[in-house]
Amino acid sequence: MTQQAREVFWLTRIMRIRSGPLEYSRRLWLRLVVAATFLLLYAPIITLMVFSFNNSRRNVVWRGFTWKYYEKAWNNDGLFEAFTNSLTIAFVSTLLSTIIGAMVAVMLWRFRFPGKAAYEGLMALPIVVPEICMGVAMMVFFARIGWPADLPWPLNLSAITIAHIAFSFPFVAIVVRARLAGFNRELEEASHDLGASEWQTFWNVVFPYMKPGLIGGALLAFTLSLDDFVITFFTSGPNTVTFPVKVYSMVRFSVTPEVNAASTVLVLITVVMTAIAMRFNKPQDSA
Amino acid sequence: MSKTAPIVSIENVTKRFGSVVAVDDANIEIREGEFFALLGPSGCGKTTLLRMIAGLEEPTEGRILIDGKDMAGIAPNRRPVNMVFQSYAVFPHMTVAENVAYGLKVTGEPKARIEEKVREGLDLVQLSQFADRKPDQLSGGQRQRVALARALVKHPRVLLLDEPLSALDAKLREAMQLELANLQARIGITFVIVTHDQDEALSMADRIAVMRDGRVEQIDTPGGLYETPKTRFVADFIGKINLLEGQVMGADETGLAVQTADLGRITIPHEGPASGAVQLAVRPEKIAISRQPLQRDITLRGKVTDWAYYGDISHMYVETPRGLRLSVIFANATRAAVDAFDIGDEVHLGWNSADMIVLD
Amino acid sequence: MESWRKHPLVFWVFALPGTFWLFVFFLAPLAFIWLMSLGEKRGIVDIDITWTLANYARAFEPVYVKIIWKSVWISALVTLLCLLIAYPVAFAIAFARPRWKPWMLLGVILPFWINMLVRTYALIAVFRTRGYVNFGLEWLYNALWLDKLFGPFEPFTLLYNNFAVVAGIVYVYMPFMVLPLYASIEKLDRSYLEASLDLGASQARTFWKVTWPLTMPGVVSGIILVFIPALGSFLIPDLLGGTNAQMIGNVIARQFKSANDWPFGAALSFLLMYATFGALAIRALMAGRKSSMEV
Repeated sequence: MTQQAREVFWLTRIMRIRSGPLEYSRRLWLRLVVAATFLLLYAPIITLMVFSFNNSRRNVVWRGFTWKYYEKAWNNDGLFEAFTNSLTIAFVSTLLSTIIGAMVAVMLWRFRFPGKAAYEGLMALPIVVPEICMGVAMMVFFARIGWPADLPWPLNLSAITIAHIAFSFPFVAIVVRARLAGFNRELEEASHDLGASEWQTFWNVVFPYMKPGLIGGALLAFTLSLDDFVITFFTSGPNTVTFPVKVYSMVRFSVTPEVNAASTVLVLITVVMTAIAMRFNKPQDSA
Repeated sequence: MSKTAPIVSIENVTKRFGSVVAVDDANIEIREGEFFALLGPSGCGKTTLLRMIAGLEEPTEGRILIDGKDMAGIAPNRRPVNMVFQSYAVFPHMTVAENVAYGLKVTGEPKARIEEKVREGLDLVQLSQFADRKPDQLSGGQRQRVALARALVKHPRVLLLDEPLSALDAKLREAMQLELANLQARIGITFVIVTHDQDEALSMADRIAVMRDGRVEQIDTPGGLYETPKTRFVADFIGKINLLEGQVMGADETGLAVQTADLGRITIPHEGPASGAVQLAVRPEKIAISRQPLQRDITLRGKVTDWAYYGDISHMYVETPRGLRLSVIFANATRAAVDAFDIGDEVHLGWNSADMIVLD
Repeated sequence: MESWRKHPLVFWVFALPGTFWLFVFFLAPLAFIWLMSLGEKRGIVDIDITWTLANYARAFEPVYVKIIWKSVWISALVTLLCLLIAYPVAFAIAFARPRWKPWMLLGVILPFWINMLVRTYALIAVFRTRGYVNFGLEWLYNALWLDKLFGPFEPFTLLYNNFAVVAGIVYVYMPFMVLPLYASIEKLDRSYLEASLDLGASQARTFWKVTWPLTMPGVVSGIILVFIPALGSFLIPDLLGGTNAQMIGNVIARQFKSANDWPFGAALSFLLMYATFGALAIRALMAGRKSSMEV
């Protein structure tokens, strides 16, 4: 090989490590944009979590590691009660939303009926309507129909829970319905052909298939409930404090590590829930 | 056809995707003005090779030259080749005319010139009256012609076609085979097509490269591939074949003397080493079949075990007393031929030694 | 799918709970609000439904029009910024190696799962006078010796103004725009891009002439998904905007809490809802016209 040919050979070898014309993810500028976005997205949250351990009341500069604000948050009766309230609401809301949402999903998946398109449109309303509109509507509703305000725990949380269910179950319905869309109808027909009744077919064939959708929907409902602020804000009363509302009032007062601690706990719960949701989503693909 | 430098030169090209070797040391020269086919089963690397010519993939090793120029590092939009994709990839949000004009707009030509070229292109593929339609209003075959026109108006040095006929139904496929071959002959551009259908390749191409598992098995004209396949794979892949084993006993100017278990000792007019094991093959249509003894270089007797009737031809399976199964094809040249044989009949088979193929 | 008449009992059993909840605990409250918007206050608690349009008329007073207009403006700006950031990110994820895709998607969506209150609160520490941005800028300022030239660093006012509200809403809602964009880009047949390049178009031209038009449905979905919630924002302007940067959501909330003018608040709520439905209707129209795109 001549000297020139050898140079060309090595040049082309180096250039060979180039990417194909459609391998956009290898382009540097795109990688920078994505990296910057992720950084900016997570930095505030990470710093919030880190500074929940900051040994400084005003929480501006780092002054040493401490658990004391977590202790404070734990011992803060109001905060603790609010947390318990929110969890209770979330559990009850999740349970009922999942059941109701699943039933709606099955009904829509299975039956034709006059006005179905309009009905589906109505079902989508809770998702589409701005939260503040729904929040004030619920508040007005409970006030006007004279919903009792002095019920013992946990019934005093009933108004909030009802509102949560109202905006959660359509989401569950969507998730379950998406899952049902992949169901092979012939399984149902085979079951009938083998002699099973309607109910048996549903319980033994359709329901097991639905399960990943139910779990996904339930986790969604749980997160929606726990994270909700606006609707909870409007349906809470003076003696039914929930976690987001409590944290809100603390935030309005000042930025203290205690609020950071409470917030960090909320973040961790969300992450754990998401992790669980992912675990359940993986085996689903083999169904 | 220019016999000097080839228009596309594939030199020692290998392509790896991670640990998978899609193309293994391919060497192909495509001549200007010819209709060249890359033929092989799915996964043999033919589409990958085509995409490398187009520039949509880069070879891991080796190089590709077009018109003598090394294409390494040259993006697809700067190569003098154009491709008709398997899915046609006709832009759904543009009309037929806009699609065809797309490749011309990038060159900055004046609008009037572009319109003229678009008209010519559409005339060439007989789609002039569809110029303002949207692709979703066209049939599959029509969309393909849009893709063809779109590529041809750019006057590429080479036109690449990825499985052009696979999405069409049988009747349309036949018509398009002829149409494409005629089109190519008329405009004279070098065509390179990729196909897994041997009928397509045999009927349309001037030369074919048969590929398997990334390697090029044989490059030859259709006749050459069919009558003189070099390897067992090529013999088997193209058309039907009967295979036999033998031992070479000697070689002289009349050919090879081969000892076989089933045919005895035969002489084949073929050049080769004077000893060693050899694989022999004979095409089913070269075998004559009759109830009477035949006058051929090589003859056998056997019993009909199976037959399939295809209307224009019949396909017979004959088994010799030694257990050798041969497939025989004959044309149903007269009506009488259709009922000539029954399962269980004793028949005579025969063919000429010149029709015997020696495989590597 | 079968007609409900085949198994009416089953049908009603499954249909009743959801329908009940929807009508009683969602549509009825909305109906209440709607009636109330046509009413008047009588004393502290009582409200008379007099079928008056006075509340709606009041919404068109200059002071309120100003806020409504500002809310629209802020929402539009937020939507544009989200689009500018989310599109490259969605694009990168759609073209990433299959192994990384789910993780990248999760990474973008996870912040969205975290409580909006927490995320908004986190921004306070970032934007305040003695917050991270100002700290960072101050460090840079001093590192470049600009303090020798121009005197000590003057921190920027990044909180309790329009900037904070816009930044906050973009921060909170940007991940939500990535999903529809990603779905649309992911579905795009790669051979369209390859064909465009093969025909001689540059990468830029391929993007504008092929990718962008063909991913438009995802873009429209994303815009709707961000614009509507942004318009109804209440918490973010409340925490980050202070008194200077109020949006329509804050005004509505105030009517029901401190100002105690429920009919007016109801009217404003319904105006917001009509705007929402208007945007959805536009989107439905566009989807209808563009359905021929899916070839």
